[in-house]
Amino acid sequence: MAFDLSALGSFLRSDDPPEAGGYPDPAPRVGFFTDTSVCIGCKACEVACKEWNAIPEDGLTFTGMSYDNSEHLGASTWRHVAFIEQQRPMGAPSSAAPAAGGSGGPVDLGMPAMPGGAGAPAAADDGSGDRTGLRWLMASDVCKHCTHAACLDVCPTGALFRTEFGTVVVQEDVCNGCGYCVSACPYGVIETRKDDGRAWKCTMCYDRLGAGQEPACAKACPTDSIQFGDLDELRVRAQARVEQLHEAGVPEARLYGADPNDGVGGDGAFFLLLDEPEVYGLPPDPVVTTRDLPVMWRNAALAAGALLIGLAVTFLGRKR
Amino acid sequence: MKQLPLIQSWPVVRQLTGDDRAGKASAAKSARTANLKARTQTADRVVKSVCPYCAVGCGQNVFVKDGKVIQIEGDPDSPVSRGRLCPKGSASLQLTTGDARLHTVKYRPPYGTDWQELSLDEAMRMVAERVVRTRADTWEDEKDGKTTRRTMGIASLGGATLDNEENYLIKKLFTSLGIVQVENQARVCHSSTVVGLGTSFGRGGSTMFLQDLQHADCIVIEGSNFAEAHPVGFQWVVEAKARGAKVIHIDPRFTRTSALADLHVPLRVGTDIAFIGALINHVLSTDSYFKEYVQNYTNASTLVSEDFQDTEDLDGLFSGFDAEKRAYDFRSWSYEGAPAAPASGQRDQTPGQAEAEESGPEGIQHAGRGEQHGSGGTAMEGQPHTDPTLQNPRCVLNVLRRHYARYTPEKVEEVCGIPKETFFEVAQALIDNSGPERTSSFAYAVGWTQHSAGSQFIRAACVLQLLLGNIGRPGGGIMALRGHASIQGSSDIPTLFNLLPGYLPMPYAHHQTDLESFFQADAARKGFWANMPAYMISLLKAWWGPAATPENDFCFGYLPRLTGSHSTYDTVMEQIAGRCKGYFLLGENPAVGSANATMQRLGMANLDWLVVRDFSLIESATWWKDGPEILSGELKTTDIATEVFVFPAAAHTEKAGSFTNTNRMLQWRHKAVEPEGDARSDLWFMYHLGRIIREMLAGSTEERDRPILDLTWDYPTEGPTAEPMGEAVLAEINGWDASGKQLSTYLDLKDDGSTACGCWIYCGVYADGVNQAARRKPGTEQNWVAAEWGWTWPLNRHILYNRASADPDGKPWSERKKLVWWDADAGKWSGFDVPDFEVKKSPDYRPPEGAQGVEALSGIDPFIMQADGKGWLYAPAGVVDGPMPAHYEPQDSPVQNALYGQQRNPARIVFPAEHNRYQPSGDTAGSEVYPFLVTTYRLTEHFTAGGMSRWQPYLAELQPELFCEVSPELAAERGLTHGGWATLVTARGAIEARVMVTHRMRPLRIQGRMVDQIGIPYHFGPNGLVAGDAVNELSAIVLDPSSHIQEVKAFAADIRPGRRPQGAGRPALVREYQERAGVTASTGTEI
Repeated sequence: MAFDLSALGSFLRSDDPPEAGGYPDPAPRVGFFTDTSVCIGCKACEVACKEWNAIPEDGLTFTGMSYDNSEHLGASTWRHVAFIEQQRPMGAPSSAAPAAGGSGGPVDLGMPAMPGGAGAPAAADDGSGDRTGLRWLMASDVCKHCTHAACLDVCPTGALFRTEFGTVVVQEDVCNGCGYCVSACPYGVIETRKDDGRAWKCTMCYDRLGAGQEPACAKACPTDSIQFGDLDELRVRAQARVEQLHEAGVPEARLYGADPNDGVGGDGAFFLLLDEPEVYGLPPDPVVTTRDLPVMWRNAALAAGALLIGLAVTFLGRKR
Repeated sequence: MKQLPLIQSWPVVRQLTGDDRAGKASAAKSARTANLKARTQTADRVVKSVCPYCAVGCGQNVFVKDGKVIQIEGDPDSPVSRGRLCPKGSASLQLTTGDARLHTVKYRPPYGTDWQELSLDEAMRMVAERVVRTRADTWEDEKDGKTTRRTMGIASLGGATLDNEENYLIKKLFTSLGIVQVENQARVCHSSTVVGLGTSFGRGGSTMFLQDLQHADCIVIEGSNFAEAHPVGFQWVVEAKARGAKVIHIDPRFTRTSALADLHVPLRVGTDIAFIGALINHVLSTDSYFKEYVQNYTNASTLVSEDFQDTEDLDGLFSGFDAEKRAYDFRSWSYEGAPAAPASGQRDQTPGQAEAEESGPEGIQHAGRGEQHGSGGTAMEGQPHTDPTLQNPRCVLNVLRRHYARYTPEKVEEVCGIPKETFFEVAQALIDNSGPERTSSFAYAVGWTQHSAGSQFIRAACVLQLLLGNIGRPGGGIMALRGHASIQGSSDIPTLFNLLPGYLPMPYAHHQTDLESFFQADAARKGFWANMPAYMISLLKAWWGPAATPENDFCFGYLPRLTGSHSTYDTVMEQIAGRCKGYFLLGENPAVGSANATMQRLGMANLDWLVVRDFSLIESATWWKDGPEILSGELKTTDIATEVFVFPAAAHTEKAGSFTNTNRMLQWRHKAVEPEGDARSDLWFMYHLGRIIREMLAGSTEERDRPILDLTWDYPTEGPTAEPMGEAVLAEINGWDASGKQLSTYLDLKDDGSTACGCWIYCGVYADGVNQAARRKPGTEQNWVAAEWGWTWPLNRHILYNRASADPDGKPWSERKKLVWWDADAGKWSGFDVPDFEVKKSPDYRPPEGAQGVEALSGIDPFIMQADGKGWLYAPAGVVDGPMPAHYEPQDSPVQNALYGQQRNPARIVFPAEHNRYQPSGDTAGSEVYPFLVTTYRLTEHFTAGGMSRWQPYLAELQPELFCEVSPELAAERGLTHGGWATLVTARGAIEARVMVTHRMRPLRIQGRMVDQIGIPYHFGPNGLVAGDAVNELSAIVLDPSSHIQEVKAFAADIRPGRRPQGAGRPALVREYQERAGVTASTGTEI
């Protein structure tokens, strides 16, 4: 065949950044390691992000979802701290943890509590006020800056691009608000803003990186829960932290998004979690939504080729 | 390609010709993106500053371009914050440059219904006129035959959010005008800290500093929501934890602090003394105390007078209680051989003593005298008898054993709701992590201070930490977490009625007519407090300069006199009574933030004039228009005669000055930009107000005007607004000698009038004519003490009483815990911190017979401000409601005291008033009408009464509504719905809040029944971007007798589903409850 299918693949899907980005002497890829085991849920990251990036206030709504009134990442919330109240029966595996929102029912994914009576935690059965294994998990979520970034793959205008730091950024002067990226993101991170229509998300403070400064959220974080640095180094540090926690009797500590072989090729922003990702509102097994595009195109090309050959055979056959 | 730039600018060309064939990286980068520059990079300059919110004192870099602040972020050089900021600090750009800021003066005339505009000059002139007029109208030369030389017609409140220099001018100007009712948030937040720490150790500030928490092996956080209220300081707890420390959080609620602790222990609000008392008992009964430390460094071996009777003997009372006066005469509490009470009866200002006999209900026993121990222990005469064998049943250690014997784990279960196993886990953690090789720290905040026995809560921790040998040692100590940028400073340079700078007492009207009797009464015979005359005379010289001479007692007579308590709550009563007519609010919002908000507003509604200085139109500025009493019809705008002036205040970036943080560290902020419009600093306001008043009074022959006319008030000004130079004020605070040379230590202060010093404990902050508070050698270039960052009082000592970090011979207790030690070869103390000890006094030194003053301190007396040089397990004087802490129930409690027959603190101060009704308590009929315990608290996302957070969109959106936290059990019992509304009712008020049902709240088993608790943050009020009822509508004015702090951390209420009635229905609901509970004027006022 005349088609170079691998070239087609790279056109449709990013490869390991930033080597393939055409940057002369690319710097090591940078990222975030968010260690939720020391997060105090202060939301300094949310505010520092908004201050630096001049993001508008987006809602004065009491949600009742524990102390989370930002609800989720979005066009005007580029850092979001999730709060999960848990009560674990002693000795039960962490995945079986009923959350604040789950007072019963056969299936409990441990999602954060929702407003309304149905979301309210139930009283201890015996009215004794007993609490076993009470935990309040807090985690600052952010755009993952995926190795294989679907938002980038589907952007028709070139508004989304892979920077020289290996991060994924929307260029507000290019974005036309088509919204393809919104449905492409496996994490539900990117969103269009209602008033201006364009898509917005974390830039990992692209302008600050250019000045050799760390992103605003990581800079502010009081307990160093958000750490910024070279991704390779962060992964090593994160692994060591997990081992330290395991030794300290926290077997549930695990990394999320640190594996370069996962469905998105590893995240540029990865996490140390103390429970299943679903508990934090994170997809358990994210896959770049454009993963199958090369195969689909190859199959389409094969089908088209077969059709052409068939047609050719038909016409050539007739001439005979 | 270089010849084709235009074509090259097409992404597609770059994609096809470059290495980015996919066109998703370099080829897609737009010109705008390529030219992006961080505004931190393009700023004209970076100005060094300090965060204006809590007292952690995070360093800030303020980026300025074209005369505007364009970014504020953490200063990585700061050894305290290491470049980090919490959400509030991160929002300080919005705070200072946002559109919530007022820029013009607002004026409300008497009976007016709306604001009018006024020029700044006109407003200043009008305020000055009112001060002069009201002062003249209400002037009081004497009261009951005693010289008072004052006005009770004017009061001020505020200072904790202001600079030290501003507090200094406020106190100096108002005192010279004869205004004694000068108060600030320090009264409301941490006055009991000063009493508790001061009487125990000799100084009222935190014994340690935040960064040193990293060296603790165990940290007990109790009475504090450390992670939420001081997030950046909490990094040092996280650091300690990473090094293997055990972190224990003892708190009624499971908070963001608990989430990171190794152990959370829920306890019933207000029962901390029962818990700590049991720990003391456990440490003593298991002989787990640090014997060599206790023997040498505390008063354990001192004998107590035979006359002393304990709570064991009197069912909850100590000897000396006078039921009629509701106060103790504590002569019977004395040491044997050394009455802390004076032999002569001259020292009548000591609380609860002789003068109580003559002064009646307004007496000195209520005068907040304990706070003078902010930097100097209680005065004492003679040589107390001791028993070094600790066998005598009357030696302090055995008195302590007996007093706490009934504080058993079983009682803890019954009183606090803490299971025995949990109690033992905490006790063991503390014992295992104390001793020569290990240290434990306590961290607390207003969860301990704001109780009707608040000073005793702090005292309890002091006793325990002394027994465990944890004071003065690295990683050990008591961290008093303060919550305003300079609330430590506003205690040190006090905008407080009972203090002069450096914790010198304000004189009383009784016997202290001259300096001699003043010194006779208050100066200690031993220790550094014996030098008090030098500190006092230097202060008088700083204020009255050449007018102060030995012949006229250095103008001592110019000081207005106290006749009792003139605290902020007494001032409210004075306002309601119509005697206090003018009021300054300087960065404080009592209509939301002080106990019993209704009383606060009713007081203001009875004023002639009110001056508010703030960023926005806070509730204390608008109550006449839209306050709850207007909405309920209790007050009518057109009936209110109060004139209201609102002056826009300058932000921390718009003025230069120093804050004193929770480490006792002064940090200088440089000015970044000029304030906009009419916004001015409080330094400007005070200086020019004083200038105008002095001009108005110039030539006056009235005797009462001498103090203001003789006052040194000639500060240089600069810039377009004629801003006084803050450094000139700081230089005066530091002090100088006769030649005008800046002093470098208070040791050089003289009592002959040759030195002047505005605040002796700050002497050295301007040593060598250099602003030491402005020092900024990066923390990474120093050891953890970071002695060259800012300046810490006293004399840059960071860990107080650090002599105790070495054994009696002067050797470190252990290699692991060494801090300062005796270097015998050099003949001096040295170490990592500045020794808090006479540097050349050998450990072997013993005072000669009859030694006085500093000479009387031996080489093993680490508590150098104490009269006996020892840490006080037992306080024979200084805390007016007992020499040892005892558990009493809060003023309003649904629970009966299980430890004593005495239900409440017998010496607490009550204010029976129509709008300040108390509730039946314990087993008394009617207490079931208010069956639940309420505690108030802070959220990370907001700041105190909301003036610096509810108007900031980035903070407001994070916590947009008032909510109350309840357990699922309580929700089920009362039919409360998660996310729905609830109404809380007390005998004072009714408020509504959204309901948050959470397992983080839990009912506790108390005396065999389940008691539920409700948590509610107090930041909200009706104004601002996000609004809600003020929680202080619920709280009562009832005060700790030693410090006059209000009890807002524990009271009882009812909760019911649904919103509260509007309009007149609201007070009607409160009355309905009162009737049902049988509340009368005398309810809860019994002993």
